Amino acid sequence: MKSLFMKHFSEIVLAGAFFAALLAPITLPAQQAKPWEQIPTPRLHDFTPQQPKRIALKNGIVLFLQEDHELPFVSGSVSIPGGARDEDAAKTGLISLYGQAWRTSGTAKLSGDALDDLLEAKAAHIETGGDVDSTALSWDSLKGDADQVFALAMDLLFHPQFSAEKLQLAQQLVATEIMRRNDDEGGIASRESAKLVYGANSPYTRQPEFATIGAVSVDDLKAWHDRTIGGKLIVSISGDFDPAAMEAKLRAAFEALLPVKAAPPRHDAIAGPKPGVFFIDKEDVNQSNVQIVGLGTDRHNPDVPALAVMNEILGGSFASRLFQKVRTELGLAYAVGGSYGYAWDHPGEFHAVVMTKSVSTVDATKAALAEIAGLTAKPFTEEELARAKDNILNSFLFRYDTREKVLAERVRLEFYGYPPDYLETYKAALEKVSVADLNRVATKYIHPDKLAILVVGNGPEIKPGLDELKLGPGQTVDITIPMPKQPEGPGQKQ
Amino acid sequence: MQSKNIPWFCKGAGALILAAMALAGARAQDLKSFEQRITTKVLPNGLTLVICERPEAPVFSYSTFIDAGDVNDPSGQSGLAHMFEHLAFKGTSQIGTKDYAAEKIALAKVEAANDAYEAEYLKAVGRDPAKLAELKKAFKEAEAEAHKYVIPNQFTDVAERNGAEGLNAETQLDETIYFWSMPENRLELWAWLESGRLADVVPREFYKERDVVNEERRTHTDSNPIGRLVEQLLATAYVAHNYGRSAIGWPSEVSQINATEAMEFHKKYYVGSNIVVAVVGDVKASDALPMLERYFSKIPTGPKPEEMTTVEPKQFAEKTVAIREQTQPFYLEGYHRPDYRSPDAEVYDAITDIMSDGRVSRLYRSLVRDAQIAAEAEGFSPFPGDKYPGLFAFYAVPLPGHTPAEMRDAIHKEIDKLKNADVSDEELAMYKTRTRADLLRGLADNQGLANSLAQYQTRYGDWRELFLQLDKVDKVTKADIRRVANEVFVPSNRTESWIETEAAGKTLTAQQDGGAQ
Repeated sequence: MKSLFMKHFSEIVLAGAFFAALLAPITLPAQQAKPWEQIPTPRLHDFTPQQPKRIALKNGIVLFLQEDHELPFVSGSVSIPGGARDEDAAKTGLISLYGQAWRTSGTAKLSGDALDDLLEAKAAHIETGGDVDSTALSWDSLKGDADQVFALAMDLLFHPQFSAEKLQLAQQLVATEIMRRNDDEGGIASRESAKLVYGANSPYTRQPEFATIGAVSVDDLKAWHDRTIGGKLIVSISGDFDPAAMEAKLRAAFEALLPVKAAPPRHDAIAGPKPGVFFIDKEDVNQSNVQIVGLGTDRHNPDVPALAVMNEILGGSFASRLFQKVRTELGLAYAVGGSYGYAWDHPGEFHAVVMTKSVSTVDATKAALAEIAGLTAKPFTEEELARAKDNILNSFLFRYDTREKVLAERVRLEFYGYPPDYLETYKAALEKVSVADLNRVATKYIHPDKLAILVVGNGPEIKPGLDELKLGPGQTVDITIPMPKQPEGPGQKQ
Repeated sequence: MQSKNIPWFCKGAGALILAAMALAGARAQDLKSFEQRITTKVLPNGLTLVICERPEAPVFSYSTFIDAGDVNDPSGQSGLAHMFEHLAFKGTSQIGTKDYAAEKIALAKVEAANDAYEAEYLKAVGRDPAKLAELKKAFKEAEAEAHKYVIPNQFTDVAERNGAEGLNAETQLDETIYFWSMPENRLELWAWLESGRLADVVPREFYKERDVVNEERRTHTDSNPIGRLVEQLLATAYVAHNYGRSAIGWPSEVSQINATEAMEFHKKYYVGSNIVVAVVGDVKASDALPMLERYFSKIPTGPKPEEMTTVEPKQFAEKTVAIREQTQPFYLEGYHRPDYRSPDAEVYDAITDIMSDGRVSRLYRSLVRDAQIAAEAEGFSPFPGDKYPGLFAFYAVPLPGHTPAEMRDAIHKEIDKLKNADVSDEELAMYKTRTRADLLRGLADNQGLANSLAQYQTRYGDWRELFLQLDKVDKVTKADIRRVANEVFVPSNRTESWIETEAAGKTLTAQQDGGAQ
């Protein structure tokens, strides 16, 4: 279950960590002896990651089996194409409601509550959820309970019973999130900066409102389920199971389904942000959250490997230009980072973030902007290239050091239609990136004049003011939450 | 696409062994199998190495566990342990410098300049603004001079170029933990880096880093409604013990910590007897130990730092904290409970599980599902630490239109049930089953396992306790739960805190920064 409180909690209990999960430095000159360079690096132990067995059924459904007998557990999931970007704008929030109510309603045979009791007594789980481009059903249990839990999961997949009561419960939870969305400075900043890039009503950024979640009915949930369940399902199983028996069981469950309906190709036309400075006032903070955003690309773009190396140099490591300048040299931020984004099947965002005390908002923003502009103005060096490649390639192993990760990667590639050897070809391409490539992609993709800057912060404390950025008159973004018209609706009884 | 989330060490404290025994047949999960794969070695300087062989992939993870955190910060220096943690990434006399001999002299000048500035700044009477400005300028010049010798971020750079993954550190109240994962062929390089920074830290770029830490405080505490509430709750619940003190540090203190203080902290707490280093992965103990011993023997020998004398006195006054501001309502309360060594430690875990874990939990069913007044409601413990007596806390997030008072009353009603009637057989059995399974699930993760082994070795003097404590889990009874609930969940032992939403325009602006900067 998603927790509004617990997601922040580890950060609060912690006195602190060395860095925030955003982000990387630059060094060269002659110095004293480098004792670490004398330490030998032996040849890495041979390692061939175990690939899952892929089975393509005649109807188009794909199964993956990944054996792993280290621990006595079996887990599985079914990925279903179609997510929040595909929902009716007037019913924004449908996927979130569906993801909750699917599981909490249960099936004709077993209510969601009864399912909770049964599973938790076995330390087993079956969960459902949805995100921007897919929904999923997943389960896990001890080996001894695996057959029963699989049967329950299939019952939920094929015979869900959406209930009005559980839909209403989900609506209340989403209403609580809506009501609270302006309490969290970081949440406001990432949400509103994405709207600047994709547009406020785009499938990638529109947000649930009281009216749109109130418009969702049980019939809508059923219709969504019936429609998407006919798509190209990807079923993946991992853990301590017998592969022949498991394959037979999966075939029995999925082979007789109708041929899958392919999803139409997407044509997301995204203009990118209107350049300029945008501001959101928040009176209860003493730190500005500065977002610098623009349009990115998708992973099909052959320049992605060069962009990945450029990102490492810009903000990907402790030695990156942004970290080095804004945090280490200037001490203006704890959290600073940035990258030119690429999504799997639609344009990502260029996105840099710096969080700094109110009075240094302008200085920190200018420093970050200078590093971004420096991507085209300050030529990349062989030293930077070598460092970035070392960083990426020497830790590349961690993309497939567990069977679970190998499986997840294969499912992802299958879902987005990439070849199964994508990681290998991607790695080979990374190895070939040159300084000339970096200079070329920086010139091609980095356009400081097309970026939007969003500052969320405490207006009266921001001195000097944002006009000192000299990027034109700032625009205030209204984030007022539209309240429901019905007096009995959520959020009214103040 | 969503990624699957398999919970790791959910409770941080564990329970494995019984699970392993109950699930005979599976390999690699019982104490015996771990005993065969784990080598423990106490070096002459007192430092303990724990090596667990898990050659699933050619990688390893490590966890360095320092038995000192912000609870150990001296009076007036809250945030010091955390400040030192940041320093530990700045390199040593051998890495991060162009010329250490010259840098050392320059750093001493920085410290002297800072002392002079602070002395003027802290004058209660007769502070001279012109002199202060001059001293500030002199400090900045000394800092710039020292900076000439710095090779910034070289320590982390060498680690990252050699494949370090998940490189970070955390300072808790009770402990400081450093960790990352690496390809197995960098084991010796890691040993050089890690032992070097533990033994030979240099107060490089200290004052810049202090600014960074002040930004960290603004993010997590000042600019976060729940961060503000938690800090106030703890400051109110505790009258004597350092658990009541801001963990990241009060702004006036954390902004005036100096490098000399940080180095004194290091000298006292970063001694062999106070450090456990656990390594898990594709490492062969028989090959690696002589090398590791050579590097980690560099860490100074020193007496185990004395234990704290302060014990939080018994609370007798019920307390409340109310914040009125323009954020959404929230409720959080805490009751004092004993530390992790208490014979009832597992009873508290059982209460947490039964009250809070998942859609079967009592608080979810009562406040979220049935009464429909909260979006979530849970109890958790121990908080904010486990080494010393902490709190058993409960919180609830009200649905729109519901108030903190309703949350409080509904939580108290559930607590009363726990006091007045036994939990069911099913609930108790569920706690035991889930605890075992959760622990077992954590065993296949190098980093999680390294953290747990280091933690248990430190807290119990023996990593085996990670497994052995399942015996205690199994012995928890319904009567224990009822007894503990009646002992602890009483009004005189309680601090309540909440956020109440106030109309726009009435709230004070955010807290001002204190301090010298």
